Amino acid sequence: MGLKNNKEKINVRDMIEKNKNSFNLNSVTEKVIPYILLGIAAVSIITTIGIVFTLLSETISFFQAVPFWDFYTGTELKPLGDDAKFGILPLLTGTILSTLIAVAVAIPIGLMTAIFLSEYASEQLRKFLKPILEILAGIPTIVYGFFAFTFVTPLLRSFIPALDPTNILSPGLVMGIMIIPMVASLSEDAMSSVPNSMREGALALGATKLEVTFKVILPAAISGIIASFVLAISRAIGETMIVTIASGSNKAFSFNITESMQTMTAYIVEVTGGEAAAGTTLYYSLYAVAMTLFVFTLVMNLIAQYISRKFREEY
Amino acid sequence: MKYIDVEQVNKNMSPRIFKNNLAKSIFFVAAIFGLLVLITLIYRVFSDSIGWIDINFLMSKLSTDAERAGIFGAIMGTVWLMVVVAPVTIFLGVGTAIYLEEYAKKGRVRNIIQTNISNLAGVPSVVFGILGLTVFVRAMGLGNIILAGGLTMALLILPIVVVASQEAIRAVPQFLREASYGMGATKWQTIKNIVLPAAIPGISTGVILSLSRAIGETAPLVVIGIPALIIPIPDSVFDKFTIMPMQIYYWTIDSALVDEYANLAAATIVILLIILFLMNSIAIIIRNKFQKRF
Amino acid sequence: MDKESSSLNQYSSANAFKNADTGNNIVYDTQDLNLWYGQTHALKNIILPIYEQEVTAIIGPSGCGKSTYLKTLNRMVELVPGVRTSGTIKYRNKDILDKSFKVEELRTKVGMVFQKPNPFPKSIYDNIAYGPRIHGIRNKKVLDQIVEKSLRGAYIWDEVKDRLKENAYSLSGGQQQRICIARCLAIEPDVILMDEPTSALDPKSTLKVEELIEKLKKDYSIIIVTHNMQQAARISDKTAFFLNGEVIEYADTNFLFSTPKDKRTEDYITGRFG
Ligand SMILES: Nc1ncnc2c1ncn2[C@@H]1O[C@H](COP(=O)(O)OP(=O)(O)OP(=O)(O)O)[C@@H](O)[C@H]1O
Ligand SMILES: [Mg+2]
Repeated sequence: MGLKNNKEKINVRDMIEKNKNSFNLNSVTEKVIPYILLGIAAVSIITTIGIVFTLLSETISFFQAVPFWDFYTGTELKPLGDDAKFGILPLLTGTILSTLIAVAVAIPIGLMTAIFLSEYASEQLRKFLKPILEILAGIPTIVYGFFAFTFVTPLLRSFIPALDPTNILSPGLVMGIMIIPMVASLSEDAMSSVPNSMREGALALGATKLEVTFKVILPAAISGIIASFVLAISRAIGETMIVTIASGSNKAFSFNITESMQTMTAYIVEVTGGEAAAGTTLYYSLYAVAMTLFVFTLVMNLIAQYISRKFREEY
Repeated sequence: MKYIDVEQVNKNMSPRIFKNNLAKSIFFVAAIFGLLVLITLIYRVFSDSIGWIDINFLMSKLSTDAERAGIFGAIMGTVWLMVVVAPVTIFLGVGTAIYLEEYAKKGRVRNIIQTNISNLAGVPSVVFGILGLTVFVRAMGLGNIILAGGLTMALLILPIVVVASQEAIRAVPQFLREASYGMGATKWQTIKNIVLPAAIPGISTGVILSLSRAIGETAPLVVIGIPALIIPIPDSVFDKFTIMPMQIYYWTIDSALVDEYANLAAATIVILLIILFLMNSIAIIIRNKFQKRF
Repeated sequence: MDKESSSLNQYSSANAFKNADTGNNIVYDTQDLNLWYGQTHALKNIILPIYEQEVTAIIGPSGCGKSTYLKTLNRMVELVPGVRTSGTIKYRNKDILDKSFKVEELRTKVGMVFQKPNPFPKSIYDNIAYGPRIHGIRNKKVLDQIVEKSLRGAYIWDEVKDRLKENAYSLSGGQQQRICIARCLAIEPDVILMDEPTSALDPKSTLKVEELIEKLKKDYSIIIVTHNMQQAARISDKTAFFLNGEVIEYADTNFLFSTPKDKRTEDYITGRFG
């Protein structure tokens, strides 16, 4: 055996040299591709601009018909008829109450789940429970809506006779269940990234796991945990189908969670489903509500990002 | 002389241990709460659907008569919707990820796009619906057809696909890129021939998971205005359509009027969950099969 | 230390001087090369000639800049963000540090073998055919020939000829490394750079790769970084000793190992530090 460089008929070097002309073509590709990819990447920016622009322009039209101040302080929402009134407060109370109920479920259960998974659970149990949470997180919200409307509400009504067939309590609770996985996994991430040395140090001093959790782990992971709460709130504010199905469309300004209330998202669904004619105030109100919703969730997301960025700097 | 009063410590000890154990039990209950809900939900949906799922249900068109109603149109609608969503979202998502990971490494443009994507991921889906309604359905005059719904959905899941693809691309070891550059390959040749093939398992996992999100998503399509009427089975992307979640929605709210509609909704949910379960299983199989190859 | 004494003057082979004078047989001529990684000054005033059809070994303690120098020779070092260079490296009389020099062309002529075997997660065949393919060779028959020739060239043909369609990662580490060398040979480079090619291998595989290097030097100029003094002594014709980013001594391998001029070289090769 030996190198047969000279005996072989083919000479790769020459062939490559010959193909160099197509290399020029290659270098054109090479120059053009980054711009094409930049163009593709710009689509996400254009999407954001598109969202902001459409919401903003129609919202401005809305505020020409309904004064800004009236809209945000109005307690009456009667979008149809001759004496139509556009006050967003009924929708805001619906949104805020459902979010509060959801968060009241999701935060304690989610956080306790996170503590259990991160500090107490055996590896086996973790391997079993984490996929369960993933499955819960992957169930479409429409399914939760069905669950709230056909199961949770009737169940609650057997305890609370005053509960209306559509009400804000039941979808709030179910929304809370839906968000548990999110709070749990984000909080758990924050807690497991606390260095083990801190844990061991405290345990070695004779502290129980509970004490370690509350005195060491939670304080160290607090920003990550709070970020997960904020994201959960944002999710609840933006959730649509559960409340649309299970809370009905009552637009009265009320704080009674046993009654039907409409959220901002459910209002959007109702108005678009009704095929509001373009150009009417009703049609524009859709955008004003959506704009409000968008700003709410955006602010929440920015806060969460800010908190978790600070959190990352800590280690 | 005793520095530590052992008795005192022991006395404090037992309540502390008791508290710890009590807390552990409470945390445990919280952790399996999700499981309990899942079981209840699945039991509920399955028991409601018993007797309603058969070949007729899968192969029949919609009908106001609960006994004759089927979801063939909704299944075909979902399939057609994916025909639009999958290619658009793969093209945009993977392209964006390549740009961010391979070309825009560190820099202002990258920061802007990256921040934008994480904010986009937090925008409520109903707002995407409004975007779709305003731009695709009305401004572009497409109407509430599959193409308009698909483009809206594609934008909605774009952030998820981008992030998953970025992770997959980042996981391709640098030494493979070096080996390719070392052969005189250009950057694009390296990406096309080495990076992307190696990242495909990760990318497909992400794409499948986000498509399954799109399949279950309802709000944007309600906003776009999917008709509640009985419509013909679609056979192109320019047709009007309905999808499984929409049927669930209509049947659920109308179950207040006709009891059987709740069963139809449950039966549709079962089919939807089975489809999602299959998609997720495929994603997990791909992920496990290709983990740690280098 | 002044540059003169650090490199060429200690070089004693009369024959090589002649070559250096005519410029014919020099492959790489490095003059006053400096390189910074951000603030780290990793290479300092390197002056080094590298000759055709020889094995040049680069030795030195960890972190002295061996890999950096090697990666500068095919400009792979540019993949690290924030790298700056000054000075010239002439490859066949053209300055490769000049930005107008097409780096893909350089790397087509200068193959590289890495410390850790890094085959592509593709079939053995596709690994070898990768280089020819990206350079526009598509003809199946030609590719078949190139693959066989390269695998024979790397003395691994007999071991893999029946499993060309198998994934390269199904091979042993030593076989993988020889596949990587074969992959390099497939585009018939002029120079092969090897960065500790045997450090991840067991002794038996190491021996095989060393034998391979000996055979390859008939047709290729080889520059090899190694931590293994015996290996340098066994397989190289010239040796350069690096320390803290400088070339301390460069000479015929026999000469450098038997009568090192510099105290630090002596300390290093006798194992007193590094
Ligand atoms: N990517 C990098 N970024 C910043 N500094 C680097 C980088 N790579 C190497 N260096 C620095 O440059 C110097 C030379 O590194 P180099 O890898 O060339 O050493 P080496 O001689 O190959 O060492 P070893 O024998 O351990 O492989 C070291 O001080 C190292 O810290
Ligand atoms: Mg090195």
